[in-house]
Amino acid sequence: MSRIAIVGAGPAGLAAALTAAELGLEPIVLDEQPAPGGQIYRSVEAVAGERPEDLDLLGADYAAGLGLVRDFRAAAVDYRPLSSVFEVRPGAVGVLRDGRAEMLAVDETLIACGAMERPVPVPGWTLPGVMSAGAAQTLLKASNLVPEGPTAIAGSGPLIFLIAWQLARAGVPLVAVLRTTPKSQYRKALAHLPAVAFDRELWKGLGWMRQLKRLGVALLDGVEAVAAEGEGRLRRVTYRRRGETASIAADCLLLHEGVVPNLQLSRAAGCAHRWDEAQRCWRPVTDDYGATDVEGVRVAGDCAGIGGAKAARCAGMLAALGAAERLGWIDAGGRDRRAVLARDALARHLGIRPFLDTLFRPADAMLLPADEATLVCRCEEVTAGEIARVAALGVPGPNQAKAFCRAGMGPCQGRMCGSTVAELLARAQGRPVAEVGHYRIRPPVKPITVAELAGLADETVRGESERVAPADG
Amino acid sequence: MADSDCIVIGGGIVGAAMAYGLARRGRAVTMLDQDDEAFRASRANFALVWVQSKGLGRPEYAAWSRRSAMLWPELAAELKQVTGIDTGHRRPGGVAPALSEDELAGKVAALRQIKREAGNQPFEFEVLERPALDRLLPGLGPKVVGGTYCPLDGDTNSLRSLRALHVGVAKHGGRYRTGQTVTAIRGLAGGGARVETAAGETFAAPKVVIAAGLGNKVLGAMAGLEVPVRPVQGQVIVTEKAAPLLDLPTINVRQTDEGGFMLGASEAEVGFDTGTDPAVLGLIARRNLDTFPFLGGLKVVRTWAGLRVMTPDGFPIYDQSKSHPGVFVVTGHSGVTTAAAHAFDLAGWIDEGGIPAQMKALSTERFHAAPAG
Amino acid sequence: MLRRRAEPKATVAVSLDGAPVRAAVGDSVAAVLLLGGDAPYRLSAVGGVPRAPFCMIGNCFDCLVEIDGVPNRQGCLVPVAAGMSIRRQRGKPEIAR
Repeated sequence: MSRIAIVGAGPAGLAAALTAAELGLEPIVLDEQPAPGGQIYRSVEAVAGERPEDLDLLGADYAAGLGLVRDFRAAAVDYRPLSSVFEVRPGAVGVLRDGRAEMLAVDETLIACGAMERPVPVPGWTLPGVMSAGAAQTLLKASNLVPEGPTAIAGSGPLIFLIAWQLARAGVPLVAVLRTTPKSQYRKALAHLPAVAFDRELWKGLGWMRQLKRLGVALLDGVEAVAAEGEGRLRRVTYRRRGETASIAADCLLLHEGVVPNLQLSRAAGCAHRWDEAQRCWRPVTDDYGATDVEGVRVAGDCAGIGGAKAARCAGMLAALGAAERLGWIDAGGRDRRAVLARDALARHLGIRPFLDTLFRPADAMLLPADEATLVCRCEEVTAGEIARVAALGVPGPNQAKAFCRAGMGPCQGRMCGSTVAELLARAQGRPVAEVGHYRIRPPVKPITVAELAGLADETVRGESERVAPADG
Repeated sequence: MADSDCIVIGGGIVGAAMAYGLARRGRAVTMLDQDDEAFRASRANFALVWVQSKGLGRPEYAAWSRRSAMLWPELAAELKQVTGIDTGHRRPGGVAPALSEDELAGKVAALRQIKREAGNQPFEFEVLERPALDRLLPGLGPKVVGGTYCPLDGDTNSLRSLRALHVGVAKHGGRYRTGQTVTAIRGLAGGGARVETAAGETFAAPKVVIAAGLGNKVLGAMAGLEVPVRPVQGQVIVTEKAAPLLDLPTINVRQTDEGGFMLGASEAEVGFDTGTDPAVLGLIARRNLDTFPFLGGLKVVRTWAGLRVMTPDGFPIYDQSKSHPGVFVVTGHSGVTTAAAHAFDLAGWIDEGGIPAQMKALSTERFHAAPAG
Repeated sequence: MLRRRAEPKATVAVSLDGAPVRAAVGDSVAAVLLLGGDAPYRLSAVGGVPRAPFCMIGNCFDCLVEIDGVPNRQGCLVPVAAGMSIRRQRGKPEIAR
């Protein structure tokens, strides 16, 4: 027993694959992308090969990923790009590749699919021209594209500074960086400062801010509300700051209020999750080696809890060690011994989290639309007002809400609205978010056609009394 | 002592239809429901309002299904008027396509038998060969040989219908309480019961309707009713939206008013498991591709597994407890089809005192019938 | 909406709504549309309103586009290929029969 499917080729997945291979396991890395690196190191090989001058622009962290990707290539691990994983269950992974679906039999699965940006449902966020800050990063890394016209950035979190700096250096006309971090959070975050005063990440962030100021970019803090306006596409960004409202003309607005774990696969696999109040998000419940309560299913990296790339690498290594122990390749003592360095490094990399999580906790105004007309569910075009009406009916949670108003029933399967719906219900009904719960997520968590699904018909059917027959209504 | 005229235990399509039916008659109703992740067949059904194959061997049920299908447009219109919500009900007739001559012959034989059992009650259906079927349903695959059509068949948007019933209950002054798992039903002198919940609350009323789906077995036992229901799992595939193509529902494929296609059906005795199985989904996909090959290119947006509330003979149970007079059970696996009859007829009977003798064939007594001979 | 910072090293010929376009190797189909002028990327399935990609990594499903006759594909996850036929979507797609 040695096959371990690793879903995702970011820092956690790559590190896990290397460790697993070293221990004698057979890792199979299933990557949705055409080349390894995940999102943070997206297209790093292509950039290094075709435009190495941009490694500097994309930052030292990005360049550091090149080494990991090259080590991964050198280890000749079974790497399957352009593979879409639509299901994880004990003993099998559902993979769609080249129009063909199969249930791959495996002994362990490590879900390392990373984070997604938190949805930011401000008025007008569905207008063409409004994107997430990460989208701009992806376009820059993968295609060397930047916004053409006047661009505004709004939100909070370290990525705001990074993307602003990158775009400013790339010559993009940045009309404003609207920072939505509430003032009170600076004070609260200071309590965690002594622990991180010497953290390189912190100084890096401050460095970006200095450079932005030098480049003449308008950094406006204490922004209380943001709205995108325009007819059919973005034309203006309106914001409220210190009680006053202002408008700026813009073609592009980049929103960002931090990242949250991408939980579609772990939820669909039936893993238990818990609400993390400090990070304001759900995350899978795991042991120190990433094991969930579903046998043979592990998680590591940002999809298990936000920690960043360096922490993700450590977590990937630990997950591989855990898998190796469960599959009998090393004993518990050997696992724990080999884990010491990774665990220490992980703790160090996570040391800055309390500071960052406190400082950059998203403001309610950015996550919970006050205006009734603002869309909450982008796919089904369900407004905040509709959610309020359903909440007033006394629905017990997001699943009944979904049944009543269709929020969460579109192709994105609740990725962009689940957290908003849960928080709106919680606030309307005066209940904690942890109690309100979340959408039930079921496979397939990636698009698969009916014809491709039909290809699974010959897989072993569970249970003796299964039959597929026309039910009589 | 009573805080309402009637307590309905269960906020699904059966409970909500009963609660609505009573509330619209001016009764003060309290509808009790569990939490967000409870088994809810009302959120996991095919949304058919179906007549053609119902009640083989039980003409009372066949008649009941027909009656409810006839009443549905009235329910839909009333709900639209009271709540502003369009249930999406339509009754264009429905088709059960057959992929072989044997299959078609089997369907036709069953329908002829139902018609014989209906006696002098009207029951219309047609047997359609392929050319006639093509006029009703575009895109049929080459394996379809024909099908059976019934003009009383139709469908609705079952989620909107459930929401409309809930809003209707509220508009008529009904109370809706969630997070209430019932732990005891204690009979009251003079009829009715006191209902206690795990949340530590108590409700009392001269009438109690147990309509909690799979929970009815345990709840019924609390009130001296034997309710032999068990879960029968069915998995369903829902596709992305497409421009409207199918004007009629078929037994296994229908296009919702939102544009997506629903594909069914499977049956499995797997206990209370609502997990999906890729092999079962694959079989559902493959079979339905034979009926409508165009489905192949559509993407799956959602799959789920619903637990049908199944009785030993598949027919509903309507009964009043003898040990706890005033406590009723209403259960069955065709809650969408029977919603209109529940809201208009059954709620009326319960309101006026009890279930009439004509419905005796659907009481719990049939499970104790002495063997013949 | 977007501009390219430097000439691409290699390009392929694709068509966008019937018109020939040169796309950079490695670009996603979504990028091709975002470079492709003023027409809205797509009109949504429910309300027919203009939409464009939001996340670019496969989560928002606002990048839906018809590629080689297959509708509702996520443009941000599909790399361009020579000869690809790309069509913008307006509302719910018609079913190919």
